[in-house]
Amino acid sequence: MSNAAIEVSGLTVRLGGFTALDGVSFTALPGETVAVLGPNGAGKTTLIHVLLGLVQPTAGSIEILGKPPLQAPAKHIGYVPQLKTVDRGFPAVTCELVASGRRRSWPGRLTQSEHRETTRALEMVGAPNLCHKPLRWLSGGELQRVYLARALVRKPKLLLLDEPATGIDLVGEDDMYEYIEQYQRESGCAVLMVTHDWLAAQHHAAKALLLNRAVVGFGTPAEALSDSHMRQAFGHEGHVHPPCWEEHHD
Amino acid sequence: MTEVLALEFMQRALLAGVLTALVAGYLGVFIVQRGMSFIGSGLAHAAFGGVALGLLLHQDPLWVAVPFTVVVALLITWVRDRTSLSADTVIGIFFAASMALGILFISRLPTYAADAFTYLFGSILSVRWVDTAAVGVLALVMLALLPLWGRWAYATVDREAARADRVPVRLDDYILSVLVAVTVVVAAKVVGIVLISAFLVIPAAAARLLSRRFAQMTVLSAALGVLTAAVGLYVSYALDAPSGATIILVQALAFTACAGYYIVFRRAASV
Repeated sequence: MSNAAIEVSGLTVRLGGFTALDGVSFTALPGETVAVLGPNGAGKTTLIHVLLGLVQPTAGSIEILGKPPLQAPAKHIGYVPQLKTVDRGFPAVTCELVASGRRRSWPGRLTQSEHRETTRALEMVGAPNLCHKPLRWLSGGELQRVYLARALVRKPKLLLLDEPATGIDLVGEDDMYEYIEQYQRESGCAVLMVTHDWLAAQHHAAKALLLNRAVVGFGTPAEALSDSHMRQAFGHEGHVHPPCWEEHHD
Repeated sequence: MTEVLALEFMQRALLAGVLTALVAGYLGVFIVQRGMSFIGSGLAHAAFGGVALGLLLHQDPLWVAVPFTVVVALLITWVRDRTSLSADTVIGIFFAASMALGILFISRLPTYAADAFTYLFGSILSVRWVDTAAVGVLALVMLALLPLWGRWAYATVDREAARADRVPVRLDDYILSVLVAVTVVVAAKVVGIVLISAFLVIPAAAARLLSRRFAQMTVLSAALGVLTAAVGLYVSYALDAPSGATIILVQALAFTACAGYYIVFRRAASV
């Protein structure tokens, strides 16, 4: 048993005849953020599902907080999915959804301490006013914050974020990373974050894992996201659109 | 009113009807919120196959229909789980096959199958103490399973989150399908196979229109089920009308009132 929050070695996942992940190895230490990048279909979400125990690996070893995924304590793992599978037509208010993250069951009635912690989690993501809002009224960006609050309310030791900035405007995205980093500073929690934004990876992650079913690069963002690795993963180098005012020359 | 309650057949029917409505109203919230309203209809037709088999074998239809319908419910859940077919497709296949079997069994009966019609349309006169006892056992089992409400609701609102939190969602699917199957069979004599799916869906749908929270919806659905079943049975006695039809019409009236209230007063609040 290692001290790593995530320790993956030789992970292979075959779904039917298709190899979704092939010999993937990496580690994430407590207090560390690892950004996972790669083209569509690279196996990023599959990787998160394996770490959660939702998909069984074909080969390799995985330890989450020192235990195999299905034995790892779910109460210490916060998860924000890419596709929000929540039923928006379900009769519920936001604080119930957040409280379900703490109880790991649906709350019939919130206890005082649940109400306090739910409110605190919503404050942590800058959304204290959403507590009594029905689920169906939440915008995409609000739902994203609520899901982060739902992950944080259980005070996780490991946060698994699948494209956490989806549906959020640029200012909201900065706020979101700030909330995550603030919690990480307070708790020493490890974060594994799937993202398509390599600038965000460079700014917010200590390590990056560039994936295209197999590991293309793993290390500091500068190492993992080098031009040669990007060419290998995407078929061309990454590029950034410069601000329009920089394109005008006298 | 008191004279009605003094009649023994009415006592049996009321007890069976009210307890079945309580269980159906409770289970109905999961059926409605999971978008599986068709399951009641599918299992009702499976129950018809079981009743017909019981009649053909000269056995009590109840004791043949319960295992028959439970097996069909488990098969529906298993095929749905193991294939990429949608729930309504799988239910539709088993629905038709069970009904076809039922028709085949009935056609083999040497005499006119009056009993089959009792199960098809419901009749308070046909409810025996053994039927009421079966409903009582179902209600007790449901009571014992009340602590599972939280995890069933959790898997209903977000199945993936529930799975990630180690909720045994597949096992719960099987438990729920078996409970619905048994409810359908034991409710058949009061409500009738033809109308039983509405019995599972209408109270929950009406409760959804009035509820902001799932706990509130569950309590309201069970209460509406009980109230409409009691009123429907009384009307059935008073008008000498088929019990299933009167109960469902009372439920439809209750739903219309709830829908009217929702459209006029609550839509702006969009609960």
